[in-house]
Amino acid sequence: MNEAVLNGLNEPTMKVQSNRETEDSLNIEYTDTVGQPLCDDPKISTRNVDVFYADNQAIHDVSLDIGAHQVIALIGPSGCGKSTYLRTLNRMNDTIDICRVKGQILLDGHDIYQKKQDPVLLRARVGMVFQKPNPFPKSIYDNVAYGPRIHGLTRNKAELDDLVEDSLIKAGLFQEVKDRLHAPGTGLSGGQQQRLCIARTIAVQPEVILMDEPASALDPIATAKIEELINELKENFTIVIVTHSMQQAARVSQRTAYFHMGRLIEVGETDQIFTNPSHELTEKYITGRFG
Amino acid sequence: MKISLMIFLLLIFAAFSYFMARQKITTAYRQHKSKHKILTLPKYFGYVAALSSLIPALLMMFFLQMVEEPYINHEISSFISSSQFDDNQDLNLYMNEIISADTPEKVAALSAEKQQVHQRYMEIQTTTDRTQAVIVLSLAILLAVWAFKKINTDTPARRVFERIVEGILLLAASIAIMTTVGIVFSVLFESTRFFGEVPILSFMFGTEWSPQTAIRADQVGSSAAFGAVPLFVGTMLISFIALLVSVPLGLMSAIYLSEYASQRVRSLTKPVLEILAGIPTVVYGFFAALTVAPFIRDLGQSMGLSVASESALAAGLVMGIMIIPFVSSLSDDVLSAVPQSLREGSLGLGATRSETIIKVLIPAALPGIVGGVLLAASRAIGETMIVVMAAGLAANLTVNPLDAVTTVTVQIVTLLTGDQEFDSAKTLAAFALGLMLFITTLILNVIALHVVRKYREQYE
Amino acid sequence: MNNTDIVKQSLKKRYFKERLFKTMGMLSIVTAILFLLLLLTDIFTKAWPAFIQTRVELTVDLNEADLGIDAQSDEQAIMSADFRKPIRAALLNTFPEVTKRKQKRELYSLTSMGAEFQLRDMVIENPQLIGTQQTIQFMADDDVDAVIKGTIDRLLPESDRRVKNDKLGWIETLEASGQITTGFNWHFFAAGDSREPEMAGIKGAILGSLYTLLVTLALSFPVAVAAAIYLEEFAPKNRFIDFIEININNLAAVPSIVFGLLGLAVFINFFSMPRSAPIVGGIVLSLMTLPTIIIASRSAIKAVPPSLREAALGLGASKMQSVFHHVLPAALPGILTGTIIGMAQALGETAPLLMIGMVAFIVDIPQSVTDPSTVLPIQVFLWADSPERGFLEKTSAAIMVLLFFLIAMNAIAIYLRKKFEKKW
Repeated sequence: MNEAVLNGLNEPTMKVQSNRETEDSLNIEYTDTVGQPLCDDPKISTRNVDVFYADNQAIHDVSLDIGAHQVIALIGPSGCGKSTYLRTLNRMNDTIDICRVKGQILLDGHDIYQKKQDPVLLRARVGMVFQKPNPFPKSIYDNVAYGPRIHGLTRNKAELDDLVEDSLIKAGLFQEVKDRLHAPGTGLSGGQQQRLCIARTIAVQPEVILMDEPASALDPIATAKIEELINELKENFTIVIVTHSMQQAARVSQRTAYFHMGRLIEVGETDQIFTNPSHELTEKYITGRFG
Repeated sequence: MKISLMIFLLLIFAAFSYFMARQKITTAYRQHKSKHKILTLPKYFGYVAALSSLIPALLMMFFLQMVEEPYINHEISSFISSSQFDDNQDLNLYMNEIISADTPEKVAALSAEKQQVHQRYMEIQTTTDRTQAVIVLSLAILLAVWAFKKINTDTPARRVFERIVEGILLLAASIAIMTTVGIVFSVLFESTRFFGEVPILSFMFGTEWSPQTAIRADQVGSSAAFGAVPLFVGTMLISFIALLVSVPLGLMSAIYLSEYASQRVRSLTKPVLEILAGIPTVVYGFFAALTVAPFIRDLGQSMGLSVASESALAAGLVMGIMIIPFVSSLSDDVLSAVPQSLREGSLGLGATRSETIIKVLIPAALPGIVGGVLLAASRAIGETMIVVMAAGLAANLTVNPLDAVTTVTVQIVTLLTGDQEFDSAKTLAAFALGLMLFITTLILNVIALHVVRKYREQYE
Repeated sequence: MNNTDIVKQSLKKRYFKERLFKTMGMLSIVTAILFLLLLLTDIFTKAWPAFIQTRVELTVDLNEADLGIDAQSDEQAIMSADFRKPIRAALLNTFPEVTKRKQKRELYSLTSMGAEFQLRDMVIENPQLIGTQQTIQFMADDDVDAVIKGTIDRLLPESDRRVKNDKLGWIETLEASGQITTGFNWHFFAAGDSREPEMAGIKGAILGSLYTLLVTLALSFPVAVAAAIYLEEFAPKNRFIDFIEININNLAAVPSIVFGLLGLAVFINFFSMPRSAPIVGGIVLSLMTLPTIIIASRSAIKAVPPSLREAALGLGASKMQSVFHHVLPAALPGILTGTIIGMAQALGETAPLLMIGMVAFIVDIPQSVTDPSTVLPIQVFLWADSPERGFLEKTSAAIMVLLFFLIAMNAIAIYLRKKFEKKW
């Protein structure tokens, strides 16, 4: 494959510091965060990540491992940087001119902010579901088929049909929409729209799915369905979910990371974090003292 | 009495009644000495008094001015027809001759009978002038006195004044409606007269256009043809070429500026587009006629094509360039209304920027873009100076862009700029063309504005 | 083959398309910029000769016998004297070899038709010149002008050249003896229109534009501001107001020539207002610019924060007082900017004015808003239509003057916006 092609040509406004040539050194001592931020078999490992918006630092020195095939929840008060951190994992921050990222973020041991890393390829591997459901103003079918089509994942119409159906089934939406696959996606209810967005993401068959408060705009019943879905999806995908609801974190995740003022305060098994937090700030937050 | 003098007098009356009313209220306040109460300022009483004489008097004056001319005409024409004068002449021409004799020399040049009519005319005019002045001024004085007597400290002067001002503001806002009505009436009225002479169907569907009517009936080519199809086709051809240039270039410029260009490039190129939009159309016309058209002709000839020196291509091309900023700023508005979440949704799935733009943004913005294109089409159809200077006069029924064609606007200008009698079919035809132009652009504009508004509401 | 590989494979083609698309966008912009540059350079290069005037220096003998007047004659007598004679005599003096009638006529056309008026005006100003000999720089004819500026190529064979060999010889003789001089063409800015290119000036058109714009401003500014205030601050929500708004938006997109038809039918034919007069032009243009100014004023008024209104109302001011005392002054810079932009539009507008007869050939410089006159863009149109070669440069020069005024107006608008821009 031609190296030049992979140079991230489609990101003219990229301001990422990427003068590093090597990607193997993980020799950074970690001290600040309480708990177990690192794990044995990481899908994504991040080391000393700083994020700046122009001159404002939004993320300070975050080091965190995300294990394969598990759900990790990022919690914390609003404005704590959890969404910003999430968006660094598939370089969605590149779309913001003034945003700069420092530190190392490795996917399967490869630095994703390296010059030769292609953000398009990265985002095909690390999918994202957004806070507000954002279906394209196209039919349900076209929404799901969008990703496979642009990436050329299927060879013919039949394969594409199968992939769309499969993704909708996995997203638990197929039964509800099978009779109106060609109706506009914007006509669905909020919860259905969000599941459509999840189906759309699954259709690209990513390895990691990032979810930015996926249920915050939904009613409780729709939220329950999404949570159920997340539990099923963890069999096949690694999931990072940002949530403002501690109950949700407790219900869906195996590990939980607590962010505060742009710093990662504590990471641990979800049970442990909610029953026996080690850090004072974490305890105050989960007992509802602020946030 | 001259109108300006009358208005001046009315203003003096108004100023006088303002001071009188204000004085009256100030004195009244002083007598009451009720300092603890919040009082309406005396000036508002003054305003009310002044306006209550000024406004009705002005309205009366305008009304009388409007009826003056018809009245005088009526009087004179009855004087003419009641006398033994030769009645064969056109009455209007006759009257014009009388009215335009405004110096002693000109009067002396009139024939004896006309001098008599002129004298009668002068008499009538003096009487009506005097009557008018007396009516208006006495109305103003009466109202001023009445207002002064009526006003006291209990008058809700500020509220009355504000109601009047609000009424004036409403009147100003309604001028838009009056303008539209004025346009509709002026083109409709003359058009119906035209369609009285030329059947509407032969105008709409006739394929021959030669508006030259001969002065004498026995001259060659005395019958004029008013089939407007060649003009419609010519207009569409040039507009189509213009859209072919401006829509892709304008849209792509907007996309490049809003989705790709850095802040620096944007701040440098936006003014260029603004300058392009600010250049008067007559300048584009000059450029099209003297530089672009000869260039295209020579280029065509060097390739062995026969190109008219006033080709539709040249006019359309330059018009297209002129409309680029228009299309690009409309597209820019429309694209920036597409929510950021759709961009992120697509990029988040691993789409490239161009894939996001082509497959998500443009389909999402399509109604808005279509609306913009319709507005651009309406602009192109109504554009006048470029085609007047760079397109032809001969009404060829062709769709070959290398031929010379003429357009609706060119014909309106040609028909109305010569020294023409206002009643001939030739000049009336210009209004019929104007009616077609107005209706077409109105429909395009209404649809476009509606589509764009619906589109905006969708994302609000 | 897993997904990642499939995506990787597709990337080469996709990035090619990406670059293609981006390049197309860039090319679109570049096309627009290039066109603008082309247009401006074309006009500038055509225009510069018009700002330079060629003069022929001649020594004329203003003797009393030839002119039939003396230093005591009154103005009337001087006006009717024949000033062609001394100029012609001077030309014959310079070239005594010319004897044939036809040749003489050619010789006389070295100086402009305007030369005699130039001489007459000098004598009227100073009658003492009569009876003396004066060396005067006369305006050259447009052909001489063209030769000197190189627009007529001297190297062409005689048959293809507008200026024949005889005349060219005289010009070269004059040139060699230093009798041909050039200087800045003040005349262009001081004269009205003319059939002779070298005598034509744009003062009449500039003043016509000025009068027309004054009328437009006087009518459209107050009405537009009043309408904007009403629609933003007082209008109830009802169908009538909706109708007004639809009308305003629609009028903004009505072709300008239709406004010309309105002006012709209503103001000239129905109200019998004077043809070709700035007053009618101003009225028509003000109807046309109203929507622009209304829309700009409305957004300026909308941008004033509600807190300002509430502060005034909280002190017991009436709605009207809060609007006129607080909202309007705060919105004024925005309104003025919109007004200037509307006026710039009106300045460049041509088509509607053609309809109301401002297209007539008018030599006299207008003195008031009711005098027949023309405006800058129409002067451009008229000259562009003229077959005489010399008018080409005049047209371009008039365009430059027009563009100068437009740029100045826009610069003022930008300055106002920058200076008074407030972030609420």
